[in-house]
Amino acid sequence: MSIALDFDNGSLVAKRKLKNSIFKVGMIILSILTVSPIVLIIYELIVKGFRQINIDFFTQNPPDTFEAMMAVSAGEVIPGGILNGLTGTLLMVLMASVIAIPVGIMIGIFLYENPGKIYSNIIRNLTEILQGVPSIVLGLIAYLWVVKPITGGYSALAGSVSLAIMMLPLIVRSTEESMKMIPDTLKEAAYALGVPYHRVVLKVLIPSSFGGLFTGILLAVSRVIGETAPLMLTTLGNPMVNWDITKPTSAMPLLIWEFYNDPNMVDLIWGTSLFLMIFILIINLISKQIAAKKKIN
Amino acid sequence: MANKNIAQINNPILSLEDLKIAYDSSKYAVKGINAGIKKENITAIMGPSGCGKSTMLRAINRMHELYPGIRTEGQIKLNGEDILKMDTIAVRRKIGMVFQRPNPFPTMSIYDNVIAGFKLNGVKLKKAEKDEIVERSLLDVALWHEVKDTLHKKGTFLSGGQQQRLCIARALAFKPEVLLLDEPTSALDPIATSKIEDLLVKLKKNYTIVIVTHNMTQAARISDYSMFMYLGELVEYDKTKNMFTNPVDQRTEDYLTGRFG
Ligand SMILES: Nc1ncnc2c1ncn2[C@@H]1O[C@H](COP(=O)(O)OP(=O)(O)OP(=O)(O)O)[C@@H](O)[C@H]1O
Ligand SMILES: [Mg+2]
Repeated sequence: MSIALDFDNGSLVAKRKLKNSIFKVGMIILSILTVSPIVLIIYELIVKGFRQINIDFFTQNPPDTFEAMMAVSAGEVIPGGILNGLTGTLLMVLMASVIAIPVGIMIGIFLYENPGKIYSNIIRNLTEILQGVPSIVLGLIAYLWVVKPITGGYSALAGSVSLAIMMLPLIVRSTEESMKMIPDTLKEAAYALGVPYHRVVLKVLIPSSFGGLFTGILLAVSRVIGETAPLMLTTLGNPMVNWDITKPTSAMPLLIWEFYNDPNMVDLIWGTSLFLMIFILIINLISKQIAAKKKIN
Repeated sequence: MANKNIAQINNPILSLEDLKIAYDSSKYAVKGINAGIKKENITAIMGPSGCGKSTMLRAINRMHELYPGIRTEGQIKLNGEDILKMDTIAVRRKIGMVFQRPNPFPTMSIYDNVIAGFKLNGVKLKKAEKDEIVERSLLDVALWHEVKDTLHKKGTFLSGGQQQRLCIARALAFKPEVLLLDEPTSALDPIATSKIEDLLVKLKKNYTIVIVTHNMTQAARISDYSMFMYLGELVEYDKTKNMFTNPVDQRTEDYLTGRFG
């Protein structure tokens, strides 16, 4: 038969093989192109920032320009560190979590319990829109809501509010998704034991979806920890360690921006970026790990 | 009421009076059932898929109210008191339920699963009381000797049959008056099934048991009374022996002889 003959035709087979290998080579090149930026970024950060990361980096505030200039001209490591940024980021991310986690989880549970309702769809769409709002706009909002009326000036509280608004959609989403993974039979088991609704939520739904909730929170934290724009408008920065939430406070990404504006501090830019990058990578890896474990169960 | 195919039960612990249930306004899933349930007996509910067995059973401890928009008419009396007017939480503590798929709480140990009803309701118990309840309930379901050394392992590590017995123990921990089971063995193998059948027969000394089953030989083996439901109606209700040897209604006979269902 002619069709069978076509399949056996030598030149056609060779053509097909050639097409296959072109396709394969193309895929490999594209994959390398996709992966290379991240590899190059990490390489660049390590080479340029590694020298700065020492004990002082974590225990000292940044040097003044003069100290930095002296060190640079002597070819030494810049003295001082990023303690103010480290503590500021810690303070603000913690506070943002305290605001965003309970609110986000409650909204997520509400959406899960009322899936088809009109108001649920409205809330779901609004959180998705919120996720797309540029972070600097959230900074402006926090400026308007907190900086001016509440703290009467730049403050850690205002920074936290802007970060909390950014975290909210991620937590709402991950809560709803992980609640959906819980089999209905588990809720039935609890109701059949006469457990009232609020206890079913607190004692069954939240513990059973803990892995998913935790992953969502970690991803939200890693999302906001490097945010700069909203912090510029809300907490400004501080050369010293500050724990007062009504006062201007530093943060790691703000420090990178400040170092960028001072030609003597270049090495500190790279050190801080390297540290921030590694930190975010670790958070991501941990959350992936938890998510994978959840899947097996 | 005076349907000759419906057995009249003297001093029933539970009685359903003109019970009607509709998921939505258009049609009833349960269409006016009148029946008494005899204390410390096993009553089996049979009938083809979709005839309303689960709906009726769930109504008895008001689990059917989890479906929004469901409507219930008539009365369900436990010792003469209408449970539809009682507090749901109190009803569910007096009338326990076991489901088709074993559903132990995956975050809890075997021990905590047994006392889950107390824990989840925030009832504080002394260690000795907890130990006593756990041992008694697990002995009741013949699981104690299999798990007494691994009480602090997760309940989900057990086999399917053991998990189902754990779920029965969890329901028994409250010492309910009635135990409802909705096809409790349909997800289990024959050995696990026969263990559960044996323990139900033992449990009827102290508990009233109502079991929905698709398995006619199971109903014949363990139940004292049987109901046959069809399209939301109770067609026939009698001593199991009578129903299996001498069904009155043609539809019951067709079902029992496997001609439909
Ligand atoms: N959640 C629900 N919403 C609307 N209708 C329902 C719902 N659950 C059951 N029904 C309907 O109610 C009727 C009775 O269902 P039910 O689950 O009580 O039957 P069943 O006898 O338990 O069947 P099976 O043997 O398959 O478990 C069916 O017609 C079914 O379609
Ligand atoms: Mg059913």
